[in-house]
Amino acid sequence: MNETAVDAPLRVHDVSAYYNGSVKAISAVSMAFAPRSVTALMGPSGCGKTTLLRCLNRIHEIAPGARVEGEVLLNGENVYGPSTSVIELRRRVGMVFQRPNPFPTLSILGNVTSGLSRGMSRAHRMEIAEQALDDAALWDEVKDKLHAPPTALSGGQQQRLCIARALAVEPEVLLMDEPTSSLDPISTLSIEELMTQLAERFAIVVVTHNMQQAARVSNVSAFMLADEHGVGRLVEMDETARIFTKPKDKRTEDYITGRFG
Amino acid sequence: MAATVRQSATSGNLRFRHAASTAGTLVTAACASIGAALLILILGYVALAGFQAVNWSFLTQLPAPVGEPGGGVANGIVGTLITVGIATLIAAPFGLLCGLFLALFGRGWFPETVRFLSDVLSGIPSIAIGLFAYVWLVAPVRHFSAISASAAFAMLMLPVILRTSEEAIRSVPRTVREGALALGLSEFSATMRIVVPAARPAIMTGLLLAIARVTGETAPLLFTAFGSPFWNLDPTQPMAQLPLQVFTYAISPYKSWQQQAWAGALLLILAVLVLNVTARLVLNPRRARR
Repeated sequence: MNETAVDAPLRVHDVSAYYNGSVKAISAVSMAFAPRSVTALMGPSGCGKTTLLRCLNRIHEIAPGARVEGEVLLNGENVYGPSTSVIELRRRVGMVFQRPNPFPTLSILGNVTSGLSRGMSRAHRMEIAEQALDDAALWDEVKDKLHAPPTALSGGQQQRLCIARALAVEPEVLLMDEPTSSLDPISTLSIEELMTQLAERFAIVVVTHNMQQAARVSNVSAFMLADEHGVGRLVEMDETARIFTKPKDKRTEDYITGRFG
Repeated sequence: MAATVRQSATSGNLRFRHAASTAGTLVTAACASIGAALLILILGYVALAGFQAVNWSFLTQLPAPVGEPGGGVANGIVGTLITVGIATLIAAPFGLLCGLFLALFGRGWFPETVRFLSDVLSGIPSIAIGLFAYVWLVAPVRHFSAISASAAFAMLMLPVILRTSEEAIRSVPRTVREGALALGLSEFSATMRIVVPAARPAIMTGLLLAIARVTGETAPLLFTAFGSPFWNLDPTQPMAQLPLQVFTYAISPYKSWQQQAWAGALLLILAVLVLNVTARLVLNPRRARR
């Protein structure tokens, strides 16, 4: 729940992130993500929640002029340390994006196996793909069209395909950046059910500005807010039930009662 | 009273706007029609004038000796295919790699300079490019060659391929590349296995447009490939070229040659038309995928 949680697989220590060289997006954020649970990062637009998420798998830094200060510890090891392999990190910390982003030229099957090592046997790949699609609650819908392009699927199915693609590499943590914001209510529901199931296996960090979603799916919630300079800071982090019933900070209370944001 | 005046002023204004709108529509539509009509006129005239001379022997035979009827432009067709083919083999990989570089590392003084020079290159008249090929590749060996024409064509194609492939790769959504990187693919794999394939239709379109751009080019051929009345498949020697044959036949005093010039022009137009239509089809994969 807080930074001192002992068994947290992923923790953030004093992280600040910049883009375009000097524009500060988040400042001095510290938190720990509990194992086998869903942590929601919420807050109004521009509060830095997506930036924080993108620091966790070092995808923030691919933009020109973007950089990160502080430590992100994955099982105690600083992912910004000199000996960390970014590729290895991203295999251990999977990510699902705001809009479904299947690879357009690969088949449905090709998308699921795209993160697997190329040396793997065909049978083994197939086995992993079926398991991942099954875990993403998509197997029954696509088993007859594995070689069709991903554009043959609906938006919700495409998003579950992206989840399957992330699951196939067996991540230890799954990051989700507003995974349902482009989906209809039925697809949203199926993704949320999926998150609850997957949280039995590993930690999920989900960015959302939908408070109902945070309340429905998360065990722990973190509330972030931009200060007067537009720099995102962590306001409060606690069990979701407590955040939504008796928040400690006045600003959290104002936000969840709909007074701003 | 004041209200009536204001109202009549607005309705006058409105009437003026409607009139201006109608006039604007008419003028632009007229210009569009003139453009389309010119194209149809040229295509129609060339088709009518050239159609009679297009027959099997025109496509399969060598040119007849001066003044004799019959004969064909088979060597010119093959020569043009060879010359353009070699030019494509030179320009395509080079242009694609340049485009990839610009799309991935497009900031800073060096890529900006490359882009600027490429734009300048695309503006250089083809006769000047031909002159360079002449000075570098023809004069030193003291004879004309198809390969020197290919080099000139490649220089003409390069900026087209470079800019279209840069645009193609840039237009792949950022999230697709991010998705690949987030899966733990290396920069190289993400680019080669995910981003470039996604850009492939647009890259192919650019390539076909570049080919279409040079297929009808004549000026650089005058002092590079030079032309030949014989069969020659050796690219280090002078080679017959369809546009050159059109040029030679058109200014000849013989009726049958003039007709063959129209037929040759028709072939060139058809070739460029087919390339352009194919380029459009390639760009629209949804149609191709049915």
